[in-house]
Amino acid sequence: MRSVLYLLTTLAVMGMAFWAYRENYSTQAALTEMGSVQREIATLREDLGVLRAEWAFLNRPDRLQDLVNLNFDKLKLMPFDSSQYVDVVQVSFPKPKPAAAPLDPLGLLTSPDNVPVERPAGFPPIRPQERTP
Amino acid sequence: MIRTPLRPLARILRARETGENPDAIEAENLAQRHAVIQDGARNRAQGRLFIMAMAFVAAFATVGIRMGAMAASQPSEPRAQATGAQIISQRADITDRHGRVLATNLLTHSLYAHPRQMVDPNAAAEKLAAIFPDLKAERLKEDFSGKRSFLWIKKKISPEQMQAVHDIGEPGLLFGPREMRLYPNGRIASHILGGSTFGKEDVASAEVVGVAGVEKAFDRWLRDPANDGAPLSLSVDLTVQAAMEEMLSNGMKVMQAKGATGILMEVKTGEIVAMASLPDFDPNDRPRPLLTGDPSDSPLFNRAVQGQYELGSTFKIFPVAQALDLKLVNANTMINANAPMRIGKYLINEFRNHNYGTLSVTDIIVKSSNVGTVRVAQLLGAERQRDFLERLGFFEPTPVEMSEAPTGKPLVPKRWPAVTSATVSFGHGLAASPLHLATAYATIANGGKRVSPTLVHERSRKEGEQVLSPQAAQTAVQLLRQVVVRGSGRSANVEGYEVAGKTGTADKPRPTGGYYKNKVVSTFASVFPASNPEYVLVVSLDEPTSTGAGGESRTAGATSAPVAGEMVRRLAPLLGLRPITETPLPVVERPLADGIKLVSN
Repeated sequence: MRSVLYLLTTLAVMGMAFWAYRENYSTQAALTEMGSVQREIATLREDLGVLRAEWAFLNRPDRLQDLVNLNFDKLKLMPFDSSQYVDVVQVSFPKPKPAAAPLDPLGLLTSPDNVPVERPAGFPPIRPQERTP
Repeated sequence: MIRTPLRPLARILRARETGENPDAIEAENLAQRHAVIQDGARNRAQGRLFIMAMAFVAAFATVGIRMGAMAASQPSEPRAQATGAQIISQRADITDRHGRVLATNLLTHSLYAHPRQMVDPNAAAEKLAAIFPDLKAERLKEDFSGKRSFLWIKKKISPEQMQAVHDIGEPGLLFGPREMRLYPNGRIASHILGGSTFGKEDVASAEVVGVAGVEKAFDRWLRDPANDGAPLSLSVDLTVQAAMEEMLSNGMKVMQAKGATGILMEVKTGEIVAMASLPDFDPNDRPRPLLTGDPSDSPLFNRAVQGQYELGSTFKIFPVAQALDLKLVNANTMINANAPMRIGKYLINEFRNHNYGTLSVTDIIVKSSNVGTVRVAQLLGAERQRDFLERLGFFEPTPVEMSEAPTGKPLVPKRWPAVTSATVSFGHGLAASPLHLATAYATIANGGKRVSPTLVHERSRKEGEQVLSPQAAQTAVQLLRQVVVRGSGRSANVEGYEVAGKTGTADKPRPTGGYYKNKVVSTFASVFPASNPEYVLVVSLDEPTSTGAGGESRTAGATSAPVAGEMVRRLAPLLGLRPITETPLPVVERPLADGIKLVSN
């Protein structure tokens, strides 16, 4: 009985030692990785600073103005003007697209007397309002 | 202790007499003696065991407590700060109010030499001179072959230049990292930003210090690591600032002016949305200050903050507003404005020797009558007039956060006799910066609550003292509106933005005394929209001349007012101000194709 207990204890100690050894090495590996990640963060932050500076440099008002002047024939951009403030009702929104034909659960469309008539060309497409009685 | 003998004679003799074995006595005594020795040994062993046990308990307790503490503590990276030390982002960025970058840092390299480590100094000097055209090969050869062991060659070099220097392959040419201050927008907002230079220099790094503008005023703050890289957010709007500088430079060209300045300020907060002074400079390549001549001719001179000009008729609204506040007059009070008017030995005349006769207070402002304003100022008295101007901030430098601000102390007359009081009332004899004027107009437009100008966005500040009653302030703004509707500022009228303002044309003082005949500073100070003032715009042109149909003119109404009008037309939409149409346009609703009416509340 006692020898079994000794054996188990020894095995437990060996197991723990092995676990601690592995933990130690994995911690050191994590630390090394963390160091490299932090170096990477530092270089990325430097790059970010450079990119931010470059973005600001490319978006400087002088350059944008030159680009607008160069592309005037295509874009026709003019300075923002007070006449461009209008009420919402004055905005000409695009017309709503005709909704797709809803599924017909009652089978009205499939019955022979409700077969949709092919519309002549140029006739406005079927709108949902026309279907509802 | 008395040692018991193993064979005590008395007991042995007695035992022999009784016929017992005396050896038994010896064995008994020996056993007793052994028992005593055993007891002592056991006690010692127990003590040792106890100490051992205590040592183990202490060791295990230490380990256990340490494990418990580690298990209960927050996990943290043991080397968190070690690698985070980077040279970049040492100095905080400066952004505009929408976060667009005005000043940032860029990592470049500096080039230095160790001539004693050089393999071929002459060839290196030749090749360096080929890469950098501004370096002289002769000079470098001299430096490299002399006794020096160290010298700087270039403070900032581009990556291409660095590669070219690498390609020389000279071991004595070395690079050090440098944090460079970059102003990506070039000349825009140059006077506000100021500029920067290198302070203490080392091979490994150099500190960047501000030399002017907000860079200098906030130098400590920008370098403070406690801010954790947070940018300094200025109240400037980059778009508006760029548009203002463009309009101002166009206006300056058209009016053939020597210099120009414009200030756009939020009325409620005193935040400066745009501030320009022309001619300007590129803060990336800051010019050297002039050593001879007039410092105001240098592009470094910030006319908006440092310039001290007699601002002319724009001052007329101050005595009138004060008189309205004190209920000495109202807008319709008739004032005798017969010109010329005599004060002591001085004669006060109107512009072009007009004589307006009797004018209402409104018309004094609309027609910009010098004599009428002097009469109103006389109603106030010198003491009260002076006190009011002091409360508007005309006696102190502006508190704006720029290193130049303290130098813009207004030139205030020391004594205040009747004639000074009279001339100050129409803007002569007291020289202040355009920023002072903008601040004073903002105070009037803000319902009489004092405004202090600032360049920092959304900083909490305490409410200003009430300098003027809200009613008087409102009337004053309405008087200014009349100037633009039917007075000298008609050319600044912009449909929908209700510009209210006052023109001011002041003769420039000669450095030798007296005034120039044909050199003026023309100023237009305005507030818009008049019904609910939100912005103050001050435009000032230095020595402008406008050539129109009626010949040459130097008045503010013909020079700075049209420039200001164009500026409002361009800037107000950018600021998000909707034009105020007096009657809303009729709205015809587009009928929906299917006849459905949209209803909402």
